[in-house]
Amino acid sequence: MTAPLHDSGTATLEVPADQVPESAKITGRSPGRIAWNRLKKDKVALGGGIVVILLILVGILAPVLCALVGQDPDTFHTNLLDASLGIGTPAGSFGGMSSTHLLGIDPISGRDLFSRVVYGAQISLIVAFGSALLAVIIGVVAGMAAGFFGGWVDSVISRVMDILLAFPQLLFSIALLSVMPDKLFGLSGSGPRILVLIFVIGFFGWPYIGRIVRGQALSLREREFVEAARSLGGGSVHILFKELLPNLVAPILVYTTLMIPTNILNEAALSFLGVGVKPPTPSWGQMLSDSIQYYTVDPTYMVIPGLAIFITVLSFNLFGDGLRDALDPKGN
Amino acid sequence: MSEESSTATATVPAPKAPAASEGEALLQVHDLVKHFPIKKGLLQRQVGAVQAVDGLTFDVRQGETLGVVGESGCGKSTMGRLITRLLEPTSGKITFEGVDISHLSTAKMRPLRRDIQMIFQDPYSSLNPRHTVGTIVGAPFRLQGIKTENGTKAAVQDLLELCGLNPEHYNRYPHEFSGGQRQRIGIARALALRPKMIVADEPVSALDVSIQAQVVNLLDDLQTELGLTYVVIAHDLSVVRHVSDRVAVMYLGKIVEIADRDSLYASPMHPYTNALMSAVPVPDPSRKQEHNRILLTGDVPSPVNPPSGCHFRTRCWKATEKCAEIEPPLVALKTGHQVACHYPENAPTDVIAETITVSKEAGEAVAKAAEAAVAAKAEETAEAAETAEVAEVAAAEEAPADAEPEAAEAAAEESTEAVESTEAAESTEGADAKGETKS
Repeated sequence: MTAPLHDSGTATLEVPADQVPESAKITGRSPGRIAWNRLKKDKVALGGGIVVILLILVGILAPVLCALVGQDPDTFHTNLLDASLGIGTPAGSFGGMSSTHLLGIDPISGRDLFSRVVYGAQISLIVAFGSALLAVIIGVVAGMAAGFFGGWVDSVISRVMDILLAFPQLLFSIALLSVMPDKLFGLSGSGPRILVLIFVIGFFGWPYIGRIVRGQALSLREREFVEAARSLGGGSVHILFKELLPNLVAPILVYTTLMIPTNILNEAALSFLGVGVKPPTPSWGQMLSDSIQYYTVDPTYMVIPGLAIFITVLSFNLFGDGLRDALDPKGN
Repeated sequence: MSEESSTATATVPAPKAPAASEGEALLQVHDLVKHFPIKKGLLQRQVGAVQAVDGLTFDVRQGETLGVVGESGCGKSTMGRLITRLLEPTSGKITFEGVDISHLSTAKMRPLRRDIQMIFQDPYSSLNPRHTVGTIVGAPFRLQGIKTENGTKAAVQDLLELCGLNPEHYNRYPHEFSGGQRQRIGIARALALRPKMIVADEPVSALDVSIQAQVVNLLDDLQTELGLTYVVIAHDLSVVRHVSDRVAVMYLGKIVEIADRDSLYASPMHPYTNALMSAVPVPDPSRKQEHNRILLTGDVPSPVNPPSGCHFRTRCWKATEKCAEIEPPLVALKTGHQVACHYPENAPTDVIAETITVSKEAGEAVAKAAEAAVAAKAEETAEAAETAEVAEVAAAEEAPADAEPEAAEAAAEESTEAVESTEAAESTEGADAKGETKS
């Protein structure tokens, strides 16, 4: 290059303002840390998050909690039932709540509701998280491939997503679950049902996240840092997983937290319709379905699983909304 | 640079001294074409093509800076992406250090990527927002599998220092930096592998003027220090003038003029170059009165369907029917000054006569061809050729008049003190331009 000719008077060599050495160790504020700082200020989302964590703990510690109160979900307590009405409603007010049975007992058999709700949380969360994980894995890989490669790859994946979105998911689930055998992959009891529930809910859930990821990948692949990576010799795999994926983490995370409550509701709906987990394994939807027969004589039995579903879905949604706000780069 | 970095980068080839091999072509481009297909309908049938780059031939010499100017959409950036092989050329040949790289596969191109690097236009989108500066600048080492003696971190910190950034900022994220600093990060990344050639695609156009100067001077210093060869794509004529040794002017996918910087700025020959030069703002209001802009009418024609013959003829005040029929070849009218025009301005008189005969012959050839095809049409063509000849004579007459102010201008250009003579020269030039626009 040649010396400046005539113009500009700005030819002095630059000294950046932050050239001054700082004694303190400089660490960058990562986008994740910024989001966390924002999330900490959002009390509603934080409350939702705390409830979510408590629920997960309850699910994991279900056997411990039951042992603490000295109950299990399958023992019959027929001696605590009031036989005067003929159908065996729990004796005492509020569905038979007492110091031994914290949430009362269920009609007919007299099983402890507290332990059934706690074990139900375990089932609900396993199904919800499992299907969310499946949906995210399929959705992210398919969405990124569709958005990044474009062309016929995009056409094929997008049409598959359209078909799945238009598919009568509930009917298909009911049909599939009612014809499936009791034993599958060497599992018996409620194991196969849980697996199939995870598969069905996850399989019908991935197009939603796939579309979001595809859209993001479409806009990200036009950014110059993708070209920069290519000009340095980076291949497609490097670009997809090292350059694009970190930028997709925020929408994926938000969508996952919003998908989990939907999955909980889906599982409850399927169990309510009698194609979810098999009794006697407890599930919230199944309890709700069961309670319909007794709602005039034992309304508590209906309220308790209903409240459990309500609180879980609400806290996941509040947390997800807060997370979305916190991860939004346009937020302050 | 510290000792550390020189050992750290010992694995990559040492830069050549720029002056030693001056004139040797590092990169040769021959008849480079890039057409982007336009597809329509269910079967994705090709209905046309955007002729973004349509036959470029030029050399980039070892150690020089080639500036490429032209308005938006003329194919500058496509050209840059073709020579860095981010795009696959439709046809033509790109030779880098004697190796034909025009159709190399991604895998075969990978080792060559060390030698050709790119600086991007937008410092806000060229850095991955989710990576730290250390990751970004260290990416070339990881992607090329290069081990440095003191680890990648030390090498990255040396690069940051080289580009005027604080090496302590290794762990920071791009959003914590200003536009100028981000562009330095981009430059540091491009320098990481000690490339021989850097293609800078509008390196400063997204920055404000004061930062532009910083970045341009940084590029300048790095060239002296590391013996780099640059291809600088820009639309800012003053930036190009500041950085370039040679300048290529592009219009609608073609190079219309390529010349040494001083020669081009002192006596632009192509009408389009003249119009571009007249668009450079004059910083002095009293001189502004005498400054005559050549205002081009109309828009750049669509590259999907470019005009026949000379691409510029639809907006050229000198265009004749000949321009519509014969595409002017890029010929050297002066040492190191090539131009593609039938009626060049500021051209030496003897050369003009020569080109006229050349183009006349070409015109006759066309006429003959047409004659063979349709007799009636041939008559028309012949007529057209005649009118063209008349116009040429006029142009030849005009040329000597041009020669004088050109000389004055060139002299003025060299001595910045001679403000008066510059003014005089410009006023005569202005008068010329007026006359041209009228005619």
